[in-house]
Amino acid sequence: MKYSSQKVALWYFIVALVLFAAQVTFGLLAGYIYVAPNFLSELVPFNIARMIHTNALIVWLICGFFGAAYYLIPEEAEREIHSVKLAYIQLVIWVVGSGGAVISYLFRVHEGREFLEQPLWVKLGIVVAALMFLYNVSMTVLKGRKTTISNVLLLGLWGLAVFFLFAFYNSVNLAIDKMYWWYVVHLWVEGVWELIMVSILGFLLLKLTGVDREVIDKWIYAIAALALFSGVLGTGHHYYWIGTPGYWQWIGSIFSTLEVAPFFAMVVFSFVMVWKGRRDHPNKAAILWALGCATMAFFGAGVWGFLHTLSSVNYLTHGTQVTPAHGHMAFFGAYVSLNLAIITYAMPILLKREPYNQVLNMISFWLMTGGMAFMTFVLTFAGVVQTHLQRVMGEYFMDVQDQLIFFYWMRLGSGVIFVIGALLFIYAMAKPQKELIESGAQEVAPAE
Amino acid sequence: MTQKRADAMAVEGPRMASKPGRSSKRQSPWSLEKLPGDPMMWILIVSEIFVFGGALWAFAISEMLHPDIFREARAHLNIPVATLNTLILLTSGFIAAIAVRYANSGNLRMTRLSLLGAGVLGFLFILLKIMEYWQKFEMGVGLETNSFYTLYFLVTGFHLAHVVFGLIILAILAIWPSKDNLETGTAFWHMVDLIWLMIFPVFYLMGVGL
Repeated sequence: MKYSSQKVALWYFIVALVLFAAQVTFGLLAGYIYVAPNFLSELVPFNIARMIHTNALIVWLICGFFGAAYYLIPEEAEREIHSVKLAYIQLVIWVVGSGGAVISYLFRVHEGREFLEQPLWVKLGIVVAALMFLYNVSMTVLKGRKTTISNVLLLGLWGLAVFFLFAFYNSVNLAIDKMYWWYVVHLWVEGVWELIMVSILGFLLLKLTGVDREVIDKWIYAIAALALFSGVLGTGHHYYWIGTPGYWQWIGSIFSTLEVAPFFAMVVFSFVMVWKGRRDHPNKAAILWALGCATMAFFGAGVWGFLHTLSSVNYLTHGTQVTPAHGHMAFFGAYVSLNLAIITYAMPILLKREPYNQVLNMISFWLMTGGMAFMTFVLTFAGVVQTHLQRVMGEYFMDVQDQLIFFYWMRLGSGVIFVIGALLFIYAMAKPQKELIESGAQEVAPAE
Repeated sequence: MTQKRADAMAVEGPRMASKPGRSSKRQSPWSLEKLPGDPMMWILIVSEIFVFGGALWAFAISEMLHPDIFREARAHLNIPVATLNTLILLTSGFIAAIAVRYANSGNLRMTRLSLLGAGVLGFLFILLKIMEYWQKFEMGVGLETNSFYTLYFLVTGFHLAHVVFGLIILAILAIWPSKDNLETGTAFWHMVDLIWLMIFPVFYLMGVGL
């Protein structure tokens, strides 16, 4: 840690991990309700469990982005954060807002609009916190050194805040409401969050592999350009069946197909940098997460996204289990892994410890990634069967659900594995390391 | 400092092999650095070709599915105007290429004049295109008439937007005519030509007895 104000990031990461634990716990609960539909039906009905699962995801990911920005921007700008006090006040607002949202949901206080269920005061809190954050980091960058990493990161973070404003527009016309509704999370994940992703990934690869900044910068610009080129109009694949004109089927199909490109480029980017890099960084777990992030994002967001993005395919698969298959792996690959990668890298430095519990951390990587991969396969099969029975054969929704129960049990099993992995990760981060574990140190290969 | 062993000898094959410690300046065949202009422009050009290529595939598949609609609709397209536009755009691209030549020989006045010529032809393309659209609107045909016209307006409209954007780029080049700028900007303008050359036969000429 070069600058003392980077310490702020520690608290953001801690809050993010607590919310992560809550998110996966409620995910597990929702997965159990799928196989035992009356479980807690009075206390925490499915819609509430799902609400917390999806909202907590977004809130902790953004909290992790805040932490990542507070960690890396001082190093990039070569100066302390503009106002440390403001950063802590912002965190308090964030915690009160997200805690308040969870409690309101449990008492059935919400706006009912899918994914944007937050009560108005929480939405306003998010905007205030975001403005404080943007002011703080922008001032830091403006007064300090400007790098590609911080420029692209700032562009992504500003985009995040701007597109959230569409959450406040709620037209009485359902088609218009839906049109702007998609601006919020989907112009994030298919657009500006990819800028955040590539810049954080670039920062990690710069630190972990020792490749020249010049090389990293070129990749970041190229990937950011590809992401915006494909992602902005690619979001048109949400406009197929919501009352928007038919030409969106063409625009959405063509541009969203190209959304695979930036994710593929990120795989090439991260692997080539690690191969080329001459630095033998001790934090192997962070490298694993960075590579895993790019790979899983490519499969989850890129390949699984493409599976149902063409309008003629989506006509049949829309709203089936194919969607959560894609959603789970895409969010895990692109943004959960990204946060866990920067946390794995930064936490030991923030806590002034050696890269610690690498082995536990790496086991947690494989548990989470394996669990998520299995869940994605299971839900994909469920989705294909559902599409056939429900959309092709015309069977009733609930009759089809009964036939999918076997898949839902397997999904629950993979969820259990994932939650164990997540808790193990948090434990590995929290527990002080007693001794450094180094691989391969004890046995030296004999000379030929 | 690199130390040479006494028994070291030159190695056959790539020169790199005999100098393992040398910092790598060898360019990969995938490197964009050797192309004229800014490498980012080439990423854009490849992306554009994928987008328009995808749209042309979509058009071809739709034509297979609805041959009658396509045959009937295509008969209403204005082939003479489109042919004239093809010639106009190609000539414009040629003049833009000449602008780069003039810039290389240091003739700034002729560079700007050539860019102006390329721009005027680009503007003419836009006028003819609008006229073509106007004819369609007068026939009562619009974006949502059928899948032929949806794709016709989308693809040619997207292309037209690129021509407009290209004119802005040409204007920027006339203001700051550096070698790098000219190569980057005219590469974009040639891409606009290239895409039109793909659109023209597929949309206008396919299946038309000449």
